[in-house]
Amino acid sequence: MNPESKLSEIVKTIPPSAIRKFFDLANEMKGEVISLSIGEPDFVTPWPICEAGIFSLEQGKTHYSPNTGYIEFRDEIAKYMKRKFSLTYSAKEEILVTVGGSEAIDNVIRSLVNPGDEVIIPEPCFVSYKACVLLAGGIPVVINCNPENGFKLTADDLTKVISPKTKLLIMGYPNNPTGAIMSKEDLEPIANVIKESGIMVVSDELYAELTYQPAEHYSIAQFDDMKDRTIVINGLSKAFAMTGWRIGFAAGPSEIIAAMNRIHQYVIMSSPSISQYAAIEALRNGDVFVSEMRDEYNRRRRIVLNALSRCGLDCFEPLGAFYAFPCIRSTNLTSSEFCEQFLMEEKVAIVPGSAFGESGEGFVRISYAASIENITKAMEKLVAFVSRRK
Amino acid sequence: MNQKTEIISLLENNAKLTAQDIAIQLNVDPAQIAEEIALLEKQKIILGYRSIINWDLTEKDSVTAMIEVKITPQRGQGFDRIAHRIYSFPQVKDCFLMSGGFDLMIIIEGKTLKEVAMFVSEKIAPLESVVATATHFILKKYKMQGTIYEFPLIEDREAIVL
Repeated sequence: MNPESKLSEIVKTIPPSAIRKFFDLANEMKGEVISLSIGEPDFVTPWPICEAGIFSLEQGKTHYSPNTGYIEFRDEIAKYMKRKFSLTYSAKEEILVTVGGSEAIDNVIRSLVNPGDEVIIPEPCFVSYKACVLLAGGIPVVINCNPENGFKLTADDLTKVISPKTKLLIMGYPNNPTGAIMSKEDLEPIANVIKESGIMVVSDELYAELTYQPAEHYSIAQFDDMKDRTIVINGLSKAFAMTGWRIGFAAGPSEIIAAMNRIHQYVIMSSPSISQYAAIEALRNGDVFVSEMRDEYNRRRRIVLNALSRCGLDCFEPLGAFYAFPCIRSTNLTSSEFCEQFLMEEKVAIVPGSAFGESGEGFVRISYAASIENITKAMEKLVAFVSRRK
Repeated sequence: MNQKTEIISLLENNAKLTAQDIAIQLNVDPAQIAEEIALLEKQKIILGYRSIINWDLTEKDSVTAMIEVKITPQRGQGFDRIAHRIYSFPQVKDCFLMSGGFDLMIIIEGKTLKEVAMFVSEKIAPLESVVATATHFILKKYKMQGTIYEFPLIEDREAIVL
């Protein structure tokens, strides 16, 4: 018997990563390469947050939490959303604590999408949106965002792809992999299209805190009449350097949060208790750590941009997240070739833009969530590498 | 944080940063940073540039002690005069005026326990205004001025995370 023949049709619709070969290569060289290819903070979780987790263990708080998350934590999330984004959510009814932002993304898609529904995804973007839509039986409708426009979503592009079958738009800004943000002015026409068409929005705002001044994060849910049409996904992974704790949350209309909790209670039961206790401390007293880390990312961001301009690679200024997304077409290499050769010749790992959708071809993602020492070394190597290609 | 404070805190963490390095990180003109640093030095806000050394990993033998000193303040001079007499000894690395159960905290470095003990009993304790001393030897340095001395930093992150 061939076990593969037993796989569900739906799982077969998820294509294996196009850059599998590059992944394997980079993994084999782990330890001997400088890695600017990691989509997570290099900082260890600030100690007072870790310590709160340890204290919860000492107190024997090792049981299941309520399905939706400890009310104490949801209260803190409600305060946080108010404090940071001027969004008012009921802790009891409009917030669900999830296992990282990823669970929330999968869950909200499953809660909203019927088989055959179309879901609009602006690319390049985080890789799981498309996969989760496919798993839910939905049809991903990709918008290839324009690099000339800093990979922002435009109302024109959005209007063109909305059909009677469209259910949902999923977007993530500040964006992984491009570092693009959408300002209030950029979002307003999008919000108007959403309101006219009656579709819903999932707004993945995991990187919201990593927006570099003078730019400011704005959530599409903040516009009049948009809160009921938007499910905001956020979490502590990126802002508080808590990726391994697996804590995210969804905030949105109570009916949708209740539906999401129906899935969550059968699939996940509840998010880890220890992580929720640590996260309470993070939201209560952690703002100072976030701003220190943001300042540090900002300095690293400028080192990367300086090096990119020195080696003549075009890059729009990324104002969010911890990625730069330069165009490498001037080297006449595909993004996979560029990354493979750069890895082999200079022992630096970065990610081909094609991993994040077709429109990422011709670009590479450089993560500056690494030490200044490593970034500086890697950038010198990049300058040397590119100059040999020109 | 204003630019001046940012320059100071960057140099506090890494004195080897050049004006050029800082200029890139703050996205400003290198000449402006050089000027600002020169001014900070002139104003004695930046007093000098030193390295953080873990002497335990070298052949040099040394001991460090923290000494609590109780003193009688002198009329018209307060603690400053006696503090000056004490901190002027080259063996005294740090000297602080304290609140609480004693008055000065001094940190002394010497080659041996005996040398430090002798220094305290011969030079510090006999001073007229010194009422009492208590010597505490440092056995192990875990963290000094924000730097953790020995901590296994294992980089075990995944090679690629999308």
